[in-house]
Amino acid sequence: MSQTIANPPVVRLGTDYIGKPTSRVDGTAKVTGAAKYAAEYNVPNLLYGVVVCSHITKGRITKIHAADVLAVPGVVQVFSHENVPSLAWFDHNYKDDVAPGGSPFRPLHEPEIRFNMQPVALVVADTFELARYAASILEIEYEVEPHETDLEKKRDDGYEPGRGKSGWMPPPPPRGNPNQAYRKAPHQHEAEYIHLAQHHNPMEMFATTVEWLGDGQKLNIFDKTQGAYNVQQYITKIFGLSKEEARVITKYTGGGFGSGLRPQYQAFMAVLAALELKQSVRVSLTRQQMFSFGHRPHTLQYVKLAADDNGTLQALHHSALAETSQFEDFTENVVNWSGMLYQCENVKLKYQLAKADVFSPLDMRAPGAATGSYALEVAMDELAYKAGIDPLQFRLLNYADRDQNADKPFSSKKLRECYHQGAAKFGWDKRNPKPRSMRKNGKLVGYGMATGVWDATQKKAAAKACFTADGRLTVSSASNDIGTGTYTIMTQIAAQTLGLPLEAVTFVLGDTNLPEAPVQGGSWTAASVGSAVEAVCQDLGKSLLKLAQKMDDSPLKGVDFEDVQFVNGLIRRNDDIQQSVVIRDVLQANGEKELTAESGAAPDMMKQMGYSMHAHNAVFVEVQVDEELGTLHVTRVVNAVAAGRILNPKTARSQVLGSIVWGIGMALMEETIMDHGFGRFMNHNLAEYHIPVMADIHDLQVVFVEEEDEIVNPLGVKGIGEVGLLGVAAAISNAAFHATGKRVRDLPVLINKLM
Amino acid sequence: MNSFTYSPPTAVDAAVRERINRPDSAYIGGGTNLIDLMKENVAHPTHLIGLKKLPLAEIENLPDGGLRLGAMATNADTAWHPEVEKRYPLLNQAILAGATPQLRNMATNGGNLMQRTRCYYFYDLATPCNKREPGTGCSAIGGYNRIHAILGASEQCIATHPSDMCVALAALEAVVRVSSPQGERSISFANFHRLPGDRPELDNTLRPGELITALDLPKKGFAKNFTYLKLRDRSSYAFAVVSVAAALELDGDIITDARLALGGVAHKPWRKAEAEQLLIGKPATLVTFRQAAAELLAGAEGHAHNAFKIELAKRAIVRALKQATEMDYVLDTNAFQNSNP
Repeated sequence: MSQTIANPPVVRLGTDYIGKPTSRVDGTAKVTGAAKYAAEYNVPNLLYGVVVCSHITKGRITKIHAADVLAVPGVVQVFSHENVPSLAWFDHNYKDDVAPGGSPFRPLHEPEIRFNMQPVALVVADTFELARYAASILEIEYEVEPHETDLEKKRDDGYEPGRGKSGWMPPPPPRGNPNQAYRKAPHQHEAEYIHLAQHHNPMEMFATTVEWLGDGQKLNIFDKTQGAYNVQQYITKIFGLSKEEARVITKYTGGGFGSGLRPQYQAFMAVLAALELKQSVRVSLTRQQMFSFGHRPHTLQYVKLAADDNGTLQALHHSALAETSQFEDFTENVVNWSGMLYQCENVKLKYQLAKADVFSPLDMRAPGAATGSYALEVAMDELAYKAGIDPLQFRLLNYADRDQNADKPFSSKKLRECYHQGAAKFGWDKRNPKPRSMRKNGKLVGYGMATGVWDATQKKAAAKACFTADGRLTVSSASNDIGTGTYTIMTQIAAQTLGLPLEAVTFVLGDTNLPEAPVQGGSWTAASVGSAVEAVCQDLGKSLLKLAQKMDDSPLKGVDFEDVQFVNGLIRRNDDIQQSVVIRDVLQANGEKELTAESGAAPDMMKQMGYSMHAHNAVFVEVQVDEELGTLHVTRVVNAVAAGRILNPKTARSQVLGSIVWGIGMALMEETIMDHGFGRFMNHNLAEYHIPVMADIHDLQVVFVEEEDEIVNPLGVKGIGEVGLLGVAAAISNAAFHATGKRVRDLPVLINKLM
Repeated sequence: MNSFTYSPPTAVDAAVRERINRPDSAYIGGGTNLIDLMKENVAHPTHLIGLKKLPLAEIENLPDGGLRLGAMATNADTAWHPEVEKRYPLLNQAILAGATPQLRNMATNGGNLMQRTRCYYFYDLATPCNKREPGTGCSAIGGYNRIHAILGASEQCIATHPSDMCVALAALEAVVRVSSPQGERSISFANFHRLPGDRPELDNTLRPGELITALDLPKKGFAKNFTYLKLRDRSSYAFAVVSVAAALELDGDIITDARLALGGVAHKPWRKAEAEQLLIGKPATLVTFRQAAAELLAGAEGHAHNAFKIELAKRAIVRALKQATEMDYVLDTNAFQNSNP
């Protein structure tokens, strides 16, 4: 049954969603509590596991007094290295997709203690309260050995890591003659920049609920993770399960920031206990235990920069020494950015690790870049003052039109526009270049700016689409939504691709029964899963067109897929948009109940190999400093971002706002304090590990610079989750200097460093 | 199991009797600190005596012109009580500088006095702590001590009292009214909290079983010239690095009465009569303020990470006194550089 619309709308309206601000499709579920998180699946006959962590940093367990705990009525089992069954033996089995080089930590595997807060036992009981109590009385005896957790003591022990994790690139070899160029240049700057460990602290604590459905039945593993498939392959390899036996489900994630990239130990423990006890088990970590696994590593950086009198960069040295654990080489790209962000012929980059008795660090929002760009961008500011050039002008003078690390052109780079639009919005021209020259309300005012760069990455992803006769479309892929807006943007892409109203489309994610998607990280979800969603919807559209062409008197007969458009619930001819078919009628007319397609997308390597693909940003910050008292407030931030096509300006803006808040935290508050005597993080709670509160946040503005890029992926998106954080801490530090004339080179900039 | 029982007596004498009869019991007001301590296994009472049903939530005028704050009135209700806002604005400011609205809605006045000292090590069972387990040693000494005391500490303990409200109460010379089976008694605010000395496990001078029933504010409220200045690592929901309650009475430029109390620097709100005496009868000038600041910080000792608090506290005192005198504040860098010792 075809039809011709008498008065077709002249303007395309209705189903063009990409690029339009769209409220979160999962918003209502979240604010009404309908959204369920891993620890909220109240499956029948549930047991509760509480993890016991080591109080010592190094040594070995000599005795676990489990009998005393087992004597408590209601306590079911105490798992430790003493009674864990024989599991997979090889390191390979414990490696997840995001594992760095080395030998992954195996929970409850052996008596050796390798780091403070190491999980050493799981106490399982009938109720959570009982398990918590029983865990508190479990006595464990240790043989203590001396430890070393302080990177400062390991300055001479740095080594260049061999193989890092996926995505890590060793620094490129030196180019030019950086030592000589530095010596010759009239303006030189060198300094060390430091930050301590920082922890992700997502609101939702890590938790796993394992539903045991009976012998030989599959396990439903409700887990807090950023990658359902990653957890599945980890669990199946360790426990010798088939993929059918271990279904991992993660529908909602209360924040990740990288902490959920690797499977955490509570997932291992919950599965272990469920398999051993043949009963459903939940294991939730405490806030304190959220400090017992990965963190952004304590890093010492040394930067040497030199410029000539014209403000041209002559030499750039950037070296970093970061902590890692005794058992893994956690690597991140800290210094590489410095070789590509500015045009410079003489560059030397160095990246080293030093082993300490800590747990392996872990990717944390913009891993490596947040660390490296902080040092580089403060150093650039310092050199700009020495050369007597405005910091923004200095960056424009040294603008890189080509990625010198890779010796490739950029697929697109609108950083210059970020500088211009950001500066205009901020009012950079009102800045008096002299430090300590601007005042307001009795306070010193400082303007600072900085730049960021992040990878635009696409990973292979698959998706499935199912259109039913009632006109509804369900698209699915085992991706995640860690608060980023995945549910919403995928719904937008699917709806627009098939010309359906947003309300008719449902996107399903977070389940290993769905087509595979990569872990949600690296800012690659929009590009990777978005491309897969677009591809599968196009495939479905092709099938729909074929069916539509079979309809009586179809006006679409004989036309190719390229010759039609899916808009406003119609398939219509490009050459005559009045010739159309109502999409929801297509299945009924053909007597079909549903139509499905399954496909995916992968990066077009041939297209991409000749290009360097990155997102950029420029951050402008105003601070007010009460110098006498050392207090600093970030009164204004403008963050101008060029990240390709912005799928949803509303959720994208939220991501960048969140990034700015993160940057304020990184600049002014965040540090996990290690008492090296104990080898233990001491401020392991949200009262003493400070992140910004609303009162710390003032005027934040986000500018999205238009950027077209046909190389990165068909959608032209670069991802927005991380780039917004870059530059913020450096810009705040630079603004603090402009305000006070005092240069702080170790984060966070606390009261005592400015007073 | 760490189970505990709970009873909500309706009369003060019944509550006190219950507390005496159950030595391992504890009073619970808003629970904003005790519940944390129980979750962290620092406190393990087997019986909780709920105070919510006691008739102690009133805020009422006293015949001598003072104001009685019921021990069970919440911090929020106290801060926003019209009499407090009007007559004791210093107290209003101090309460609102503390915690968060959610916590202030739960926390009670009596409970505010009873919160335990702030220290990472006290709250972490993995580390020795003389306050938690007398005789095991103080981990903060020689450990990480940025948040610790610079005044009145001992070799046993360098923890700080976390309250903002108590700093104002100290400055206002509130009187703590307590009940016990022996009857009622009053404790001056200065004598309520104690320094750690060689009994760091004792935070205050309450006798066994005694229950705080009210805080009496004297008539003099310093409603005209006052400041509560709190310096902290973020703008809300953070304990003070240093805080100052400053209250003055002025006759022209001459200070006729003065109160000065510090928070975040000691095991209790820190006052010193000599410092206040240096202000009284003197003109309200920076010189006078600096002398008082130096006197109040006399004998201060820093540790590895908190020595900056000594200078910061001096500057904060000068600033608070400036604000209290309603002098127009102009940033004068020479002035602050001169205040460096």
